[in-house]
Amino acid sequence: MSKPVLRVQDLSVTFTSLAGSVFNRQERQIRAVDGINFELFAGETLGIVGESGCGKSTLARAILGLLPPNRGRVMWMGDNLTELDEEAMRQRRKELQIVFQDPVASLDPRMTAGDIISEPLWTFYPKMARLQVDERTRGMMKMVGLLPNQINRYPHEFSGGQCQRIGIARSLVLNPRLLICDEPVSALDVSIQAQIVNLLQDLQKKLGLALIFVAHDLSVVRHISDRVMVMYMGQAMEVSEKERLYRKPLHPYTNALMKSVPVPDPKLAAAARRENWLTGDMPSPYRRPKGCVFHDRCPFKVKRCEADVPPLRRMENGDRVACHRAEDLDLSVVEA
Amino acid sequence: MALLDVTGLEVEFETPEGTVRAVSNLDFHLEEGETLAIVGESGAGKSQMMMAIMGLLAENGRARGSALYRGADLLGMTARELNAIRGNQIAMIFQDPMTSLNPYMTIEQQMTEVIMHHRKLKRDEARAQAVEMLRAVRIPDAEERIRQYPHEYSGGMRQRVMIAMGLLCEPELLIADEPSTALDVTVQAQITQLVRELREQAGMSIILITHDLAVVADIADRVMVMYAGEVVECGSAEDIFYNPQHPYTRGLLDSVPRLDRASDQDLHAIPGNPPNLLDLPVGCNFRDRCDEAREECREPPPVWRDETGRMSRCVLPMEGGKRVDPDGTGPESRATNSASRENRE
Repeated sequence: MSKPVLRVQDLSVTFTSLAGSVFNRQERQIRAVDGINFELFAGETLGIVGESGCGKSTLARAILGLLPPNRGRVMWMGDNLTELDEEAMRQRRKELQIVFQDPVASLDPRMTAGDIISEPLWTFYPKMARLQVDERTRGMMKMVGLLPNQINRYPHEFSGGQCQRIGIARSLVLNPRLLICDEPVSALDVSIQAQIVNLLQDLQKKLGLALIFVAHDLSVVRHISDRVMVMYMGQAMEVSEKERLYRKPLHPYTNALMKSVPVPDPKLAAAARRENWLTGDMPSPYRRPKGCVFHDRCPFKVKRCEADVPPLRRMENGDRVACHRAEDLDLSVVEA
Repeated sequence: MALLDVTGLEVEFETPEGTVRAVSNLDFHLEEGETLAIVGESGAGKSQMMMAIMGLLAENGRARGSALYRGADLLGMTARELNAIRGNQIAMIFQDPMTSLNPYMTIEQQMTEVIMHHRKLKRDEARAQAVEMLRAVRIPDAEERIRQYPHEYSGGMRQRVMIAMGLLCEPELLIADEPSTALDVTVQAQITQLVRELREQAGMSIILITHDLAVVADIADRVMVMYAGEVVECGSAEDIFYNPQHPYTRGLLDSVPRLDRASDQDLHAIPGNPPNLLDLPVGCNFRDRCDEAREECREPPPVWRDETGRMSRCVLPMEGGKRVDPDGTGPESRATNSASRENRE
């Protein structure tokens, strides 16, 4: 295989918040993203899943330089993005784009679809001819399944799914090499979700994009990803090839997450009910458990899990897992 | 007699752009101890239908038809009469636990308010009941945590508080509007389990409004599928999931990505977008997006029913069903329908 386009190394983001009374201020630290490592190849899709608050969106933003990391490197085609000066980073941004979660809120209601999609062009190529911009905008609209004659319409005249198409067109108009989608379908109805997932998949094939797909929905992620990273409390629990992850997860947390996904089938749902899923809530980020961050909810924990932090280690087949007991657990999924 | 019997319900909103018909010609009933799921996408009218029944429509909204709760028409009641029922015999759990709790009041204040109003209890009695209910929904250290404000609770815990509040007066009917949509799957599984246990203990009837078919499969006895303000199909959970009759129901089921199925093909998507309620297509509302559409679909589709209460609104015949009038009502029910309407006017 060729060289990866993106290499994230030991990336960490810490937020500081103030607590205590006015006279007794205390600083509290939250490690939102904690030592994340992964590689991404051209044309590959990495799914990132986890519960809310696990740091998946923060990770996405840190990769794009929208949040300053306090440790680690983001190597993009040979450059360390965290060290680039503003102008160099600006030039790099053309290659790195994002699609946001809320399709309606992420569009300016006072701009037409055409203005929204062409804005990146005006920003990066201010001397581009009007006609050329127009042509490119219409081309993008066609590519994402909108009608070019809708170019002068405003966001409120589009449905949620169509607004997300506008957001995708905007993020692709500069010909990026990496597209990060942060929960791109979670705000959409299920019949429309499928349209957008299929569209992203087609576009990726057509354009050879490297894609990072952040979502809490494991079944959507399964559809679009080549590999999946499972995050919990800012850390990667498991990074595995998709089919292996869904057939035989290596980490008890992955297993628990999959078991909680309901199936639209009454008989299977009744059968699944008998199995134990995850108990309790995710611990407060201020009170991070010692040892393995998952140990207090893990049904398989042993003494060692309470003291030693399991490193994310590579298995023989190239999958990676952060669990002391990965070898002696068999978490295979029984196919219905 | 059914616990709730809704006939000919119509909900309209006056807007500057014209009259929006959010719900049209809706009939359904709920038996005691039954769980009915109402499924549909945004704009299908499922929430507005319940708001109409509970007398909670916005200023510009209007409801017609009848909704008999133990024989008494909820739509004809005054606010005072409704207040005696709402929160007491019928409880509602709203969609968003973040915005449905008052951020300026402690959980204790919000919960005791309900019981003190309906049950005329003293503060410490009410408090004891509230703590007990929080324990039932598995809030840890309920005794302590009841003194906290909503922001000190996690999303899943806030939703559990909402459920606890809904159950405080031991309602006969619980209406839950997307109770687990804003939650992570792990928490969602816990909430569904909790509702199921409480249902078995208290013998409640439940109306569950949701767009999530997987949650429906997990909990519902009967399912009603809505599209653009109308019921397109209704039947037992088994019928709907294993033998869907309406093309929309089939499309909806096929577009759910499933963990228990291989993922190498494209997801099935229903083409197009839900219709604009201000400008509905003539004939079948689903016609523009339907892969079975044909010339006859330009006419209002016929309704098929069988003796089990199964129903489908489509030109395609329903398995074992008999054809009824295209406007969705049989000759008899139409008569009672207009009678009840006259009564109200």
